[in-house]
Amino acid sequence: MTRQATNPKALFLAALLSASAGPALAAEIWVTNEKDDTISVIDIDTLEVIRTIPTGERPRGITFSQDYSRVYICASDSDTVQVMDPESGEILHDLPSGEDPEQFILHPDNRRLYIANEDDAITTVVDVETRKVIAQIDVGIEPEGMAVSPDGKIVITTSETTNMAHWIDTETHELFANTLVDARPRHAEFLKDGTELWVSAEIGGTVSVFDVATQQERAKFGFEIRGVHPDRVQPVGFKLTEDEKTAFVALGPSNHLAVVNAETYEVEEYILVGRRVWHMAFSPDKSLLFTTNGVSGDVTVIDVERREAIKTIKVGRFPWGAALRP
Amino acid sequence: MRLVVLLGMFLSAVSTARAEISISIHYLKYEAPAPPTLSNLDPTPEDEGIAGAQVGLADNLTTGKFLGHGYDLTVTTVPQDGDLAAAARAALSETPYLLVDAPADKLLALADLPEAQGALIFNVSAEDIGLRSADCRANLLHTAPSHAMRSDALAQFLLFKRWGDLALIVGPHAKDRAFAAALHRSAAKFQLRIRGEKTWAFDADMRRNAAQEVPLFVQDLPKHDILLVADEIGDFGRYVLFNTWEPRPIAGSEGMTPVAWSPAVEQWGAAQLQSRFEEASARPMRPADYSAWAAIRTLGEAVTRTSRADVGVLRDYILSDAFELAGFKGRPLSFRHWNGQMRQPIPIVHPRAVVATAPLEGFLHQRNELDTLGLDAPESSCSAFGDRK
Repeated sequence: MTRQATNPKALFLAALLSASAGPALAAEIWVTNEKDDTISVIDIDTLEVIRTIPTGERPRGITFSQDYSRVYICASDSDTVQVMDPESGEILHDLPSGEDPEQFILHPDNRRLYIANEDDAITTVVDVETRKVIAQIDVGIEPEGMAVSPDGKIVITTSETTNMAHWIDTETHELFANTLVDARPRHAEFLKDGTELWVSAEIGGTVSVFDVATQQERAKFGFEIRGVHPDRVQPVGFKLTEDEKTAFVALGPSNHLAVVNAETYEVEEYILVGRRVWHMAFSPDKSLLFTTNGVSGDVTVIDVERREAIKTIKVGRFPWGAALRP
Repeated sequence: MRLVVLLGMFLSAVSTARAEISISIHYLKYEAPAPPTLSNLDPTPEDEGIAGAQVGLADNLTTGKFLGHGYDLTVTTVPQDGDLAAAARAALSETPYLLVDAPADKLLALADLPEAQGALIFNVSAEDIGLRSADCRANLLHTAPSHAMRSDALAQFLLFKRWGDLALIVGPHAKDRAFAAALHRSAAKFQLRIRGEKTWAFDADMRRNAAQEVPLFVQDLPKHDILLVADEIGDFGRYVLFNTWEPRPIAGSEGMTPVAWSPAVEQWGAAQLQSRFEEASARPMRPADYSAWAAIRTLGEAVTRTSRADVGVLRDYILSDAFELAGFKGRPLSFRHWNGQMRQPIPIVHPRAVVATAPLEGFLHQRNELDTLGLDAPESSCSAFGDRK
């Protein structure tokens, strides 16, 4: 697969195939492979990798524009955010991202990209149309998780070594609150119409739930997997089902997903997946969930209704981020 | 009991998080005599340890600026013939928070000063097992791993590989003998067999004749799977590699080494700490830098979580179950309440990669798998910390 990507003939063939097949293809899951400098594209119907696309160095965060005509990729070691045409797989241009971009979030205005610069303790705001940096905001050490509220008024950056969620006012681009969480926060998301903010803490082994209106912690929950030492249960990415009643939380080197009741914050069960599971993406109807398993170099497909792993798909080395292309 | 008290403290701390809180930290480095080594390829950087403390300070300051917490660091270097006790007294008159890089005897003399009672001293370099056992002190915490933690890490790996028959070459220095003793202890603990042992006894210059001398020197060692070298000052070990009589790998102080830190560690976000360090210090991060970084970060984490600056509160919090430090080694770091030693995974590395990280899978412990490394509560005769559970 990897070899294919670097073989120009194969790339040409892949491009030709996708062009001749027309645009009305099945939905896809795009997975960044951190240590292969590629993206693996998984067809949701066949559950197979149908394309492998070369990227810049150390691709991690990945997200699509609202109309899915562009895909943005954090090429961390190239110190840039790449803008790719998802049809051709061509890099159209780079965005000035600041150093070592790791994760980002696209504002609901479809223009402002908020980027965590892991090595620089900065969040960079870039206008994807003018390709200019609008602002740089000082945050804690090793910013990583990024989230934006549905109304676009608040952006969150979590910092892994400072152990905080930094609350950014998107009007002024200034911090209006800094809230401590447990050790090494990795991922943040606004849930339930933007009333709750969830932040996972990898080393702390917990997920903190904040009331957005007051920025106060409302709840905090942890995990316990029989036969796995608590130190190895390290929450990173999480996703909520369509009805927002159930959360899936990736638990890193414990090689499990937790299924959490999103109203009572109780863990209902655990699902065994690949090794060192980090991030996830749903299929369009949210019936399937795809997890990136860094160490085993594969993606586990979960049947959401049955809460079961149904397939493992080999991708590149150290898959990191995942994004849906409907 | 301690936990309940802490919780109350924590709650009251939250409401006063905006208050201005500041702590001063003093780093005392004693320039211990460095015996000459055969090779000059790897000089010890003058800022070894100090550079790690400075990166830790920068990390603390970044967090502190969001909380109204301040930190400052003063470094005093005491020459070999200088007065360490006087320097310590001067430092202790300013702050109770000390990092000390000094040999065990000097460190103990310092911890026993009347002025040091009630202080919080971090041992960032001495690996002596005694400091974690009979010679422990209530005011002395250890972020440097002990010889026993390093040798246990290696022994776990050897057992995992089923490389049970060992031979050992020991250098002439006290540090070499201490590490060799730890290797013997670990071999007994994990049921490995040290079949033969020799003391390094050459005074020739090995750069010219290692190929001739070493094979003969190790030829009469009993059959072994792996050859261990206790050469903690980096004197002769490098000349043993590939010059053995039998084709055998080398481990211990040379070859495959159990260490607190290495530039080869890159997992668990370590790449970020490595690049922060290299940017600040223009050299790779060494084990002593890691131990100093961890000490400063321990203080930072305790201030962040308690919003307090008084030494008793911080010490109690650091030794409590609530304390955990993210140290880029894949598991939270904490302190053993029976001897003040910081629990930490030990990477087993060669210069270009991490071979494994201890504790290895399958080495279990009823409290914390990290306690399979070094002196567990029943093995330590330390009583200075009171409640041993």
